Order: sequence, then C-alpha cells, then structure tokens
Amino acid sequence: MAESDPPRTALRVVDVDKYFGSVCALKTVNFDVGRNEIVGLLGDNGAGKSTLVKIFTGVFPPTSGELYVADRKVDTASYSVKTAHALGIETVYQDKSLGEKQALWRNFFIGRELTYPLGFLKVREQKRIANEIMVNTIGFRGRGIGVESRASKLSGGERQGVAIGRAMHFEASLIVLDEPTVALSLKEVRKVIDFVHKIKEGGKACIYISHNIPDVFEVADRFVVIDRGEIVAGIDKGKTSLKELDEFLLEYSHGLRDRAQP
Amino acid sequence: MSRVLGMLGRLEGLPVAVVLALLYVAFMVFAPTVFTGYRIYMSFFQTVPPMLVLAVGLTFVITAGEIDLSFPAVVALSGFVFTWCFETFGVGWPGFVLAIVAGALVGWVNGFLVARLRVPSIMATLAAQFFWYGVTILAAGGLQIDIGTVVGTPVHTLFVGRLFDVFPLQALWSAGLVVLCWFVLNRHRFGQAIMFIGDNAEVARVMGIPVEATRIRLFALNGALAAFAGLLLTLEINVFYPTQGQGMLLPVMAAVFIGGTSIAGGQGALAGTFFGMYIIGSLEAGVVATGIGGYWVQLVEGLVMAASVILNVVIGDQGVSALSSTARRWAVGRR
Repeated sequence: MAESDPPRTALRVVDVDKYFGSVCALKTVNFDVGRNEIVGLLGDNGAGKSTLVKIFTGVFPPTSGELYVADRKVDTASYSVKTAHALGIETVYQDKSLGEKQALWRNFFIGRELTYPLGFLKVREQKRIANEIMVNTIGFRGRGIGVESRASKLSGGERQGVAIGRAMHFEASLIVLDEPTVALSLKEVRKVIDFVHKIKEGGKACIYISHNIPDVFEVADRFVVIDRGEIVAGIDKGKTSLKELDEFLLEYSHGLRDRAQP
Repeated sequence: MSRVLGMLGRLEGLPVAVVLALLYVAFMVFAPTVFTGYRIYMSFFQTVPPMLVLAVGLTFVITAGEIDLSFPAVVALSGFVFTWCFETFGVGWPGFVLAIVAGALVGWVNGFLVARLRVPSIMATLAAQFFWYGVTILAAGGLQIDIGTVVGTPVHTLFVGRLFDVFPLQALWSAGLVVLCWFVLNRHRFGQAIMFIGDNAEVARVMGIPVEATRIRLFALNGALAAFAGLLLTLEINVFYPTQGQGMLLPVMAAVFIGGTSIAGGQGALAGTFFGMYIIGSLEAGVVATGIGGYWVQLVEGLVMAASVILNVVIGDQGVSALSSTARRWAVGRR
C-alpha cells in the first residue's frame, strides 16, 4: 500500500445484522475503527460483543451488511480467519487463543504454518522464530519456559503474552483484544495495558473489549457501547470522565449494579 | 547424564516399549522353548499387522477427540470388494485400489455425519458399523469366498509375501506406515490441525483451521486405513468371510490407550500405539505358551493393560516428556 495514501479506517462495518436461526444477535450495527485509534467496546454479558468480534475476525459471516477493511470492501461470504489474518487483523481471545496441550512453537504458527511444499512443517524455523518472539517481544527469560513448553504450563498472563506476541509478530494493523485481562493478576493487567499503549505508539489500531471500565478508560480514544445487539452509544474520551462513563453504562445494564464494583 | 535422560524421556512410547520388553523377558523365562525361537515372533509379525494398521487410524481419530467404531465393518467390506474384484477380473490391483476407495468413502460418510450433520461420532460410527456389515453380508450372500489362487499374484507377494522365506512383509508395511503416519501427525499441517481440534475445537476454529473439512478428512483417512488392514488380512488368509474384523474393536482400542494416546484428545502417540498393539497381539499366545492355562489369558491381559495405562498416567502426566524430569530427579536429586 502506498505510504502517501493511508486508509482512513482500519475497519468499518455497515448495517450488519446477525441471526442465529431466528435469534437476532446483532441488529443494524454500524461501527468503525480509525487507522490509529483505540476503541473500547463495552457491554454486558450477552450484549453481542463477542458476536461482533467474530464477524470482524472471520469466524463467521454476518447475515447481512457490509464489511470494510482498510477502507476496502470485503466479500463477507468468503471472508474467513485466513483472509482476516492476511488483511492484518489479529485477535487475542480471553481464553481460546492457545491449544492447551500443544507446544508453544505450534501455538505461534497454528493456522499459518511455515511449510515445505507437501505441507510438512518447517519445525526448526518455527521454533527459532517462536524463540525470538518469546525472548525479544514478550520477554520470557530463564523461567523454565521455552518453545517446547505446553501452553498449559503458562500462567494466565503468560498466555496472553504469547497470544499478544503472536499478534505483534504477524504485524497486525488492527489488534482485537477480547477481554484480555479477565483472570489476570494486577501486574499482568499492567503488561496488557502497556501493550495497548504500544499499539497506539506504533500507529496501529485496536479494539479493546472489556468489562473493566477503568482499564478501557485509560487506553481507549473512544468508547462504543453495545447492548442487546445494538450499538447504543459512541462517546469520545475527551467528552466524558470515568465516572460519567461508568454511570452511563449502569443505566444500560442493571446486572452491573448488583455486582460488587469498586 | 541428565541430558541423556532428558532425551530418553522425550522418546515417545518408551514406557510401553519397556512393558513390551519386560513381557517378552517374562515369556522367555516361563516359556523358553517357545519364546527363545524365532517362529513365535514370525507368527506375531503375521497376525499383528492388520490390527496395527487399524490402531494407527484410530490413534488419529482419538487424537482429534472423536471415536470410530465402524472400522471392523470396513475390514469386512474391503475384503469383500477385493475378493469380488479378484474373482471377476482375475488380477489383484483393481480390487486393491477399489477396496481402499470404498473404505475412504465409508469414512467420508462418517465424517460428513459427524462434521456437517453434527451427529456424535460414537453414534454415527456405531450405526455405520452395523450398516456396512449388513451391506457386506448381503452382497456376499452370507458366504465366505475362498481365493486360494491369489497366492503368488503380485499384490499378494508384495504385501503379504515372505522376505527370505520367513519374514512376513506385512510387518514391514505396517511398520513403515507407523513411521509415515508419525510424520503426518507430528510434522504435518494436517496432523497439527488434528491435535488442535482434539485439544479445543473452538481454538482451532478461531485460529483459522478448517475444522469441519479436517474432521471429514480424518474419518476418510481412517476408512482408507481400515480398508488396507482388511486387505492385509484377506490376502494373508486367502479367504474372505463376511464377519471378518469382528472382535478387533476392543483389542485395537486397548492398544491405542496402552500406547499413551489421551482419551481426552489433543495428543496422540503413534510409537506407543505400535508397541501397545504388539503387547496386545502377543499376550494370548504368550500366556498360553507359559502353560498356566487358557483360562488365565483374559486375566493377564487385563492386568497388563491396566499396568500400561497406569504407567502412562504416572510418568506421562502431560505426555511422556514428564519422564525426563522424573528420571532426572531420581538420578541427580530434586533441583
């Protein structure tokens, strides 16, 4: 792509509907992410956040609507995880980014293996690159964890580190973080937040999905609130405060009020 | 020292190989006349290979977190297809190829039911087991077919001939298949997809693996392998009988689990399957040869299976690699 003509948006969806059978999961959703924007996507459980993410990332197609990646329209019928990867969209899922019983060198390249012509894996090269990512990008050092370790040996934060390191390695232009801080210790949450700052500095875009409003508030440029399958608000960070945003969200989700929130 | 132990620990199937070796040592002690000669081993190399081929296929299926109960019926079907073609054309090759194709098609249908129609694999393949035995019995009119004339044809000589007049070639074919399949499972994109699907199909899906298509290919592969097993069996005994394959389901399954493949899916040990199948295939003859009497066979089988599986669970924890740390702890003390 020509440097002189960068795309305005990293991702844009227009009038997207998603039905599962007769159940409406998303209704006329319009959503976009700027080329170098961090968007916090907020909403309660079952609001449609994950469904929307899976449409961006090619896990399943929308029932109707249009999808633009880097301002270019994509054919939603043939759009898949592979095409999303090819277009620079990487996703870090809360709990399903890694195969638990699989070695890390497999986890780094799953779905886009480096192979010889007949489909046999370039094991040595994959291990070498995986090791580089772990040492240089993620900063795993001398913890008894190597490319041969199984994902199940890692802590929650280390798993997110691997998934994030993988996303960085494949040079994503848009990184989707789906509840990345659930089940992490405070120190590990800090690492994830730092990483999101790096995305911004690196000129990339990010969709940050979270329940934890203070986390999102710190990193996001803009907040989009989704409730019962519809986008109900888009708020620029400059026009709100953490308190205001928190109160606004409570109006939309009575469930939150019952929970013990700081 | 610890480096050597570490490398040993990483050797897949080592615990099962040790069990097999101990078993043969025991047989040599208690039945020396039989087990110090070579004939008994040649007999194992003749009878175990068809089951080994089945166990290889089943290892893939179980690694993917699925099950296939239909392969005994494919053994019968492929035997029938081969004998029918051999009687019709008078040469072996067309029947050989058609039998493999038939097996792959049966497997493809299984895969379609499982992956596209979401029928649980235990039910889909149980139904398939009855159905394809039924088809085979109907097609054969319930009769066995003698094909003694197949002896000496190129297909027969190539697959079940005797190397140096003693060594059954099917042992080499099945062992070669284990090696090839090990590379497919552990060093190929397809095998890696199988492992991730068995581990967590949702992870596989979001990482861009074509989960459904891979499952269909998996069952088709197992069907083709079962057909090959049926061919080895039919060629070896020069006769097709419509119930052939019956009674193989449980021993084959036992071999896979003895070998260390996790019932939970996500991880498969083909080297373990190899040794496990030879354990299962040697037990009956071995126990009988010791002279303690045929009534003891099943009891000993049960004990050896339980011991192997326990050994795998204890040192295998998360695969055999834990053995290295266990062995290191024994050798140099806890760090």
